[in-house]
Amino acid sequence: MRLHKSGLMLIAAIVTGFAISRFEHLINPYYYQVLIYIGINIILASSLNLINGFAGQFSLGHAGFMAVGAYTSAVVTSQLHFASSSMLNTAAFSLALLLGGIVAAIFGLLVGIPSLRLKGDYLAITTLGFGEIIRVIVQNLDFLGGARGFTGIPKLTNFVWVFSTVAIVILLVSNLINSTYGKSFLAVRDDELAAETIGISSTRVKVIAFVTGAFFAGVAGALYAHFVTYINPAQFSFLKSFEIVVMVIIGGMGSIFGVILSAILLTILPEMLRSVAQYRMVVYSLLLIVIMITRPRGLFVRTRTAKQSVALKTLR
Amino acid sequence: MSEFLQQVINGISLGSIYALIALGYTMIYGILRFINFAHGDVFMVGAFIGYFVAPHVISLTGGSLWIAAPIVLIVTMVGCSALGVTIEKLAYRPLRSRPKLTVLITAIGVSFFLEYGGQLVFGPDPKLFPTLIPSSSLINTQHVVIGTNSIVVILTAIVLMLLLRFIVYNTKMGTAMRAVSFDHRVASLMGINIDSVISFTFVLGSGLAAAASLLYASVYPSINPLMGIFPGLKAFVAAVLGGIGNLAGAALGGLIIGITETFVSGYISSSYRDAIAFAILILILLFKPSGILGRHDRDKV
Amino acid sequence: MKTYSGILAALFTTLVILGCGGGDKGDEILIGEFGSLTGTTATFGQSTHHGLELAVEETNNAGGVLGKKIRLLVEDDQSKPEEAATAVTKLITRDNVKAIIGEVASSRSLAAAPICQQFKIPMVSPASTNPEVTKKGDFIFRVCYIDPFQGEMLARFMYNSLGFKKAVILKDVKNDYSVGLAQYFRQTFESLGGTVVAEQAYSEGDSDFKAQLTALKAAEPEAMFVPGYYIEGALIVKQARELNMTMPIVGGDGWDSSKLLEVGGQAMNNTYFSTHYSTDDTAAAVRSFVTKYSARFNERPDAMAALGYDAGLILFDAIRRAGNTDGTAIRDALAATSDFTGVTGSITIDERRNARKPLVILTVENASLKYKESIQP
Repeated sequence: MRLHKSGLMLIAAIVTGFAISRFEHLINPYYYQVLIYIGINIILASSLNLINGFAGQFSLGHAGFMAVGAYTSAVVTSQLHFASSSMLNTAAFSLALLLGGIVAAIFGLLVGIPSLRLKGDYLAITTLGFGEIIRVIVQNLDFLGGARGFTGIPKLTNFVWVFSTVAIVILLVSNLINSTYGKSFLAVRDDELAAETIGISSTRVKVIAFVTGAFFAGVAGALYAHFVTYINPAQFSFLKSFEIVVMVIIGGMGSIFGVILSAILLTILPEMLRSVAQYRMVVYSLLLIVIMITRPRGLFVRTRTAKQSVALKTLR
Repeated sequence: MSEFLQQVINGISLGSIYALIALGYTMIYGILRFINFAHGDVFMVGAFIGYFVAPHVISLTGGSLWIAAPIVLIVTMVGCSALGVTIEKLAYRPLRSRPKLTVLITAIGVSFFLEYGGQLVFGPDPKLFPTLIPSSSLINTQHVVIGTNSIVVILTAIVLMLLLRFIVYNTKMGTAMRAVSFDHRVASLMGINIDSVISFTFVLGSGLAAAASLLYASVYPSINPLMGIFPGLKAFVAAVLGGIGNLAGAALGGLIIGITETFVSGYISSSYRDAIAFAILILILLFKPSGILGRHDRDKV
Repeated sequence: MKTYSGILAALFTTLVILGCGGGDKGDEILIGEFGSLTGTTATFGQSTHHGLELAVEETNNAGGVLGKKIRLLVEDDQSKPEEAATAVTKLITRDNVKAIIGEVASSRSLAAAPICQQFKIPMVSPASTNPEVTKKGDFIFRVCYIDPFQGEMLARFMYNSLGFKKAVILKDVKNDYSVGLAQYFRQTFESLGGTVVAEQAYSEGDSDFKAQLTALKAAEPEAMFVPGYYIEGALIVKQARELNMTMPIVGGDGWDSSKLLEVGGQAMNNTYFSTHYSTDDTAAAVRSFVTKYSARFNERPDAMAALGYDAGLILFDAIRRAGNTDGTAIRDALAATSDFTGVTGSITIDERRNARKPLVILTVENASLKYKESIQP
């Protein structure tokens, strides 16, 4: 029943996406570009929310998965791109997105397994390390362009692709969380030992969270690569991971819509700050500190239920 | 053989710098249990305080570095301690009872603020750090060179570590610090003023960052507002590697990373140098998740 | 809590006020600049911006272009490619600039170039040396030399002029400019008959190079090539000298900054690097630029400042020759630029929209710069 409903919602979302894309040419290209970045950031933040917010595994390596997806898809389209037919383009791009996601998911598995033994800050610094190792490896691979970057990626990402992926991620995450499976995620996050005693495999939960999260980070990376059309390893440093983590925390860990709103806000905020030029990043970091102090549970989390309050306590 | 010997010396002098920064990291973690990502940037501010203060002090003391260097060190330590305590009061204290992640994000915010603020105030271009430790070679053969500044760094690291050990284990404040690190609530029930203990921790930690920054800038005399990022990150890895919260562990972790980085880039491949610290970290954590000298905290059911 | 909310409210209000204003006036020509005013390479972005600002002020004081004043709109890209793409899209579609100047780093120029090409707005890069940049389309130009040319010239200089056959390379593996120079240097040096006996790498932001230098020393080279920026270059030379490596060390135009000698001091003796001009040059253009820049910004100009200045002057000259501010007309005028006397030499734009101009090699003697030789393209 639920699947049926989700399917319908997804189709509705994609149709809406197509409908909106009819008016694409009316939107100013600058706003259009910001809109695409918002979509990509929603995918990144929501997928990290699955790992951080729902499974309670603090990861600082999301940019690494994004890099894997971006580079994999770029290699695929550079081999497969047929400019002559839009049908073939669509097929090639779907394949690239899927492969980008799958390869990133494999890396998610590689990172997820050691995470079983680690907790909190140790896990955070380990995932950060994994992300940096991925960056350094890409930097040394000549066929990927090394530090000089990968150029000439076709511009295939458009509103429909991003909008559809956003719809899929949101539906998947909300369905997962409302399913019995999702309840076991929350159980592991809130109290791993208690969850184990009632027969939930925390190993399974953590690995699934990492693999799914990494898959969508990979897809987001692929969409990003085919929008900017140029990627280099420096774009995927730990600073990018920080940006995504900040979106999740400000939105409120474990809050699906809070994280979406914060991804939107944090993409628009630096654009609004453009007029202050050199002072922009100083103002941005000040705002970040002020937001954290005034709304430490997230900007959009209004009240907490007793359940959440317990959950937050265990995260300390 | 001479190449090998030189690499050992290079590794130890690099490692002792990491160790110095790691000491400050590990202290703050030990008490507050959160990663103070801004530590590397406090370190950067220390170098800039030294940069602005040193020329005045040197001219006031008539150019005698023996008198000038300790004065600059004290001024810088006071400056950084004030900064550290201010950051704690304004940004971390309101969040003390909040989830640790919230504080971590705030620390990242503080770190960005100091970096971008530094670019704005000091300018983004590198500055030449004035000479505080006259650099000459202690041993200088065709094959092996040991500079005075490496020796000064190593000696200072040892002295500071012993001093810290003394403070933590032999003073009243140190006992209070250990009590707070063990359990905040119980410590406050025992009549310990948590706020002043935490402030004191930040005074010590930031003071250490200041000392480390002066030594770092004397060895690598070019400073800029982003200089704290990588040493900070490596030092943090060193602290985790040694067992975070453990003073001897931080020193050991720093040395291991310094020596391994030197040997891998000297003999295997320097293009992977950035990844080395993390690779060691992951390997060690996989086999001993609490770090080399760390205690293993079991979950309480 | 209340005070913090107050701060938040105040900040937002400030932003809204700052966000207002602007707008297009008929008596101005709008030129957009995107650059790394903040972030990891802010020092280059700000130097370039200063150079360009000086060019705009001078042009406006002399009556402007086509009877109109030049107005420079600058956007920060935080040293990130995706931000560069956004900044350029904003400049073109929101602010309606007539031409774009930027960026120093090839990575950001590569992200922005397709957008300029798409909207048919000419883009002049002051310092992006990756050959790919101007291949993005016929609206993309640059006023610096490209990696293959500089790498080749430096290899020839080391092999022919200095007479060395055994070299080592220490490159910045994180930096596309350094990787590019190292690659083309090696190709030419080996094709001439020389050997690169060892190659080591570092990363932008490192300050300890002793491990790599010790390994390079063991290879017993006659000379060392260190492509990269002056920030690391000065420290590398200093540490090499501390390790008793007395051989000549050669660098590229990324070394050109007064900071190089400030940080390196006497250790810089017996080094050579390529650049665009010599600050001791007696040419009137160079003299007046160095004087004006030093007076205006209270520091000596580096290569980036000079290139930013030249990028501005070449663009304004092209607009003047085009006679109007139509993108295609400016492009055609830019493409026809020939023997333009800039600070960085006599510049001709070739058919691939790259600058053809002489390369100057400087050497350091007794901690001061000396002119060594000029190489014509």
